[in-house]
Amino acid sequence: MNFSEERAQTWRADLRSAKKAKERTDIPRVHMPELDPEYRSHTRVEEVNLGLTPGMAMREAQRCLDCANPTCMEGCPVGIYIPKFVKQIEIGDFLGAAKTLKETSALPAVCGRVCPQEKQCEAQCIHTKMKKEAVAIGHLERFAADFERESGNISVPEVAAPNGIKIAVVGSGPAGLSFGGDMAKMGYAVTVFEALHEIGGVLKYGIPEFRLPNAIVDVEIENLRSMGVQFITNCIIGKTITIEELKKEGFKGVFVASGAGLPRFMNIKGENLVGVMSSNEYLTRVNLMDAANPESDTPVLPGKNVAVIGGGNTAMDSVRTARRLGAERAMIVYRRSEEEMPARIEEVKHAKEEGIEFMTLRNPVNYIGNEHGRVIHMVLQVMELGEPDASGRRSPVEVPGKTELLEVDEVVVSVGVSPNPLIPQSVAGLEVTKWGTVVVNNDTMQTAIPMIFAGGDIVRGGATVILAMGDGRKAAAAMDEWIKANN
Amino acid sequence: MNKIISKEYFSANVVKFEVEAPLIAKSRKAGHFVMVKVGEKGERIPLTIADADLQKGTITLVVQKMGVSSSKLCALNAGDYITDMVGPLGKATHIENFGTVVCACGGVGTAPMLPIAAALKKAGNKVISVIAARTRELIILEEQMREYADEVIVMTDDGSYGTKGLVTNGIESVINREKVDLCVTIGPAIMMKFVSLLTKKYEIPTLASLNTIMVDGTGMCGACRVSVGGKTKFVCVDGPEFDAHQVDFDEMLMRLSGYKDIERQEMEKMECASGARE
Ligand SMILES: Cc1cc2nc3c(=O)[nH]c(=O)nc-3n(C[C@H](O)[C@H](O)[C@H](O)COP(=O)(O)OP(=O)(O)OC[C@H]3O[C@@H](n4cnc5c(N)ncnc54)[C@H](O)[C@@H]3O)c2cc1C
Ligand SMILES: Cc1cc2nc3c(=O)[nH]c(=O)nc-3n(C[C@H](O)[C@H](O)[C@H](O)COP(=O)(O)OP(=O)(O)OC[C@H]3O[C@@H](n4cnc5c(N)ncnc54)[C@H](O)[C@@H]3O)c2cc1C
Ligand code: SF4
Ligand code: SF4
Ligand code: FES
Repeated sequence: MNFSEERAQTWRADLRSAKKAKERTDIPRVHMPELDPEYRSHTRVEEVNLGLTPGMAMREAQRCLDCANPTCMEGCPVGIYIPKFVKQIEIGDFLGAAKTLKETSALPAVCGRVCPQEKQCEAQCIHTKMKKEAVAIGHLERFAADFERESGNISVPEVAAPNGIKIAVVGSGPAGLSFGGDMAKMGYAVTVFEALHEIGGVLKYGIPEFRLPNAIVDVEIENLRSMGVQFITNCIIGKTITIEELKKEGFKGVFVASGAGLPRFMNIKGENLVGVMSSNEYLTRVNLMDAANPESDTPVLPGKNVAVIGGGNTAMDSVRTARRLGAERAMIVYRRSEEEMPARIEEVKHAKEEGIEFMTLRNPVNYIGNEHGRVIHMVLQVMELGEPDASGRRSPVEVPGKTELLEVDEVVVSVGVSPNPLIPQSVAGLEVTKWGTVVVNNDTMQTAIPMIFAGGDIVRGGATVILAMGDGRKAAAAMDEWIKANN
Repeated sequence: MNKIISKEYFSANVVKFEVEAPLIAKSRKAGHFVMVKVGEKGERIPLTIADADLQKGTITLVVQKMGVSSSKLCALNAGDYITDMVGPLGKATHIENFGTVVCACGGVGTAPMLPIAAALKKAGNKVISVIAARTRELIILEEQMREYADEVIVMTDDGSYGTKGLVTNGIESVINREKVDLCVTIGPAIMMKFVSLLTKKYEIPTLASLNTIMVDGTGMCGACRVSVGGKTKFVCVDGPEFDAHQVDFDEMLMRLSGYKDIERQEMEKMECASGARE
């Protein structure tokens, strides 16, 4: 059945005519219930967004017009069949909605939480063209996925009869997980190799509990296990075992999903002082190593005045973490203005509610330490916005001679990440760009070495969960075809 | 999970483990290290691979009790499992025939030096090893070192064994006697700093194996960064060995002490807890 045939089904047609478009668009957009900002800025692990109730979800679903030309889908990188799952929610078929989501997305509970919806699906919703608030697609996606999980009725996808063909996956982030799931469905014997001691990539070590609880990622991992996917932790491809050796052991295809795990620094004076660290270090200590838990052996420096440099999701996660760990002043230092911040709008809003200070149009030029080498001050250059740059954003320029001194005892540098160089370095013949990303055929995700495919941040540089996941799915389909044609 | 096959005490605070790790044993080279985590809530700590047995599929670790994590590891026995272990990490030592090489080791640094000395010897070098420690009990692996080194000079601060004096006195005695082409040094940061100052004076190329604080050990966090020749490097992926004369040891010492207060509290907590149990 194609989309228009599905849309013509009686239940959908009846539902559309049950309410006038005007009635639907007049319903105000649902508000996600949230933890109280004062309370949550002191609790480390409780999720901020509490999720919609069934009543709220059904009412929100009514707002969707079930458009003949659902532009929202064009905004979704993986093309989730949005009107169908929303209408299933409207009639109360929540499990059906979850199933629809899973036809396209391997991780709906994750994407419903962390997608930058306001730039993707929701940005293209017809409501926005009528100057109304978009249908809360992300909230509804999360609702359906959570409902399914909590109902205990998770549908484990049907797995084809095993074909005995061994496939290796390098990295267990969203790209690797979605690839692994799809290949397992097609009957392949999938082994995922992960360098760290935990499965999940950035979903585990980067994005904090208050935004994406580990338990949700673990359910997805358990699902994959029950589909026969094997996980091997503490194994670095290119160090512990090489791709050559995997080939010798009979692996017929390799999907490289090793992410963009390398932190960037600014190379300014004092950056190696004690108390100055990358967001990767800070978040890894707190999330992966659970450093703020007294039971954990890994320490994290306590900070009273914490400055986080940057304006992306990673910066927001770091600064909100610092607040939760007791910072009296937790500050974002960003060289452009708030409008240019790449972070999700919801994160910025939540951060502000939690008392995060935003020092925009400021750029650190050096750090000053005390006699023990611990950072105590930073010098900020005041900036102003100039002409738009290549990315279309107005670029920041220095206001000559205008600097400020800020008291800090901890600084988290969150100015971007680079692709992990391990695989590119250890595999001869792999084509790599000057930014260190792996070159692939955009339609198939195949690299210059036919048996190696790649996707996610190792191909895109720092991108998003949904794009990584989409790459994994695309690569799985293409690798299946390639294997059938070549073996 | 990696099984401990055997455990041996070199001194009250220095333990040698043989650990099952067939894949690591196969791919490791002299100079490589592993990251080890003991317990679900354990910390990831770096330890050099002191040796490997391909037949048995094991690697050897020599661990000195410092704080919480190394103590937890040292409390394990043969038959126990190490919760997590990953490697081999870091760049392998660059081995060639340099001529005469002085291997300057301080304390537990003798353990990671062993495979390097062995490889240097195999490549045709004349290997002179200077092993230094505060006192007699802390001199480890002297016999094993004699298997590879043409000469072993033992130095103790208190003169309880070998010659009384610092590691630098031992090195200088060799320099005064014959031409040295390369010095390799592994030990506490402060010791490596002084070795580096000495060999710089004599213009002897020197490699130092740096032991910075690490979290992941794979280049992901930057906790291990040091300044080498004015540039920031990550010890876990760019090292652990660097041209000692380019290393900013003062910055390294400062960064090593960054968590001192927290570490001391953790240690006191652990000692209290074990005291309460007894
Ligand atoms: C703090 C933070 C917040 C973010 N917030 C959002 C958000 O709100 N919304 C959003 O859409 N995106 C967000 N992102 C971006 C998103 O998480 C990434 O784009 C996505 O995780 C990339 O997925 P991936 O599978 O390519 O790689 P990763 O998730 O990075 O996973 C790669 C995995 O591969 C492993 N690995 C690397 N090399 C090897 C090797 N040689 N052998 C074995 N294993 C290896 C790594 O240890 C890692 O586990 C955020 C990122 C961060 C850091
Ligand atoms: C590449 C590399 C290889 C190493 N190989 C070995 C080895 O083979 N055997 C071995 O016993 N140790 C080795 N170390 C050092 C070992 O990792 C530390 O002793 C260990 O992390 C200390 O942890 P802890 O929790 O027991 O002590 P902590 O409580 O963390 O520290 C106690 C004290 O030790 C100091 N310290 C902390 N970390 C280090 C460090 N990395 N190096 C030196 N001093 C430190 C601190 O200043 C502190 O005062 C190596 C380190 C590196 C980086
Ligand atoms: S996956 Fe992301 S972009 Fe696609 S519909 Fe869901 S929330 Fe929107
Ligand atoms: S564009 Fe908006 S209203 Fe139309 S189908 Fe998509 S979500 Fe519904
Ligand atoms: S230990 Fe994390 S980058 Fe070196």
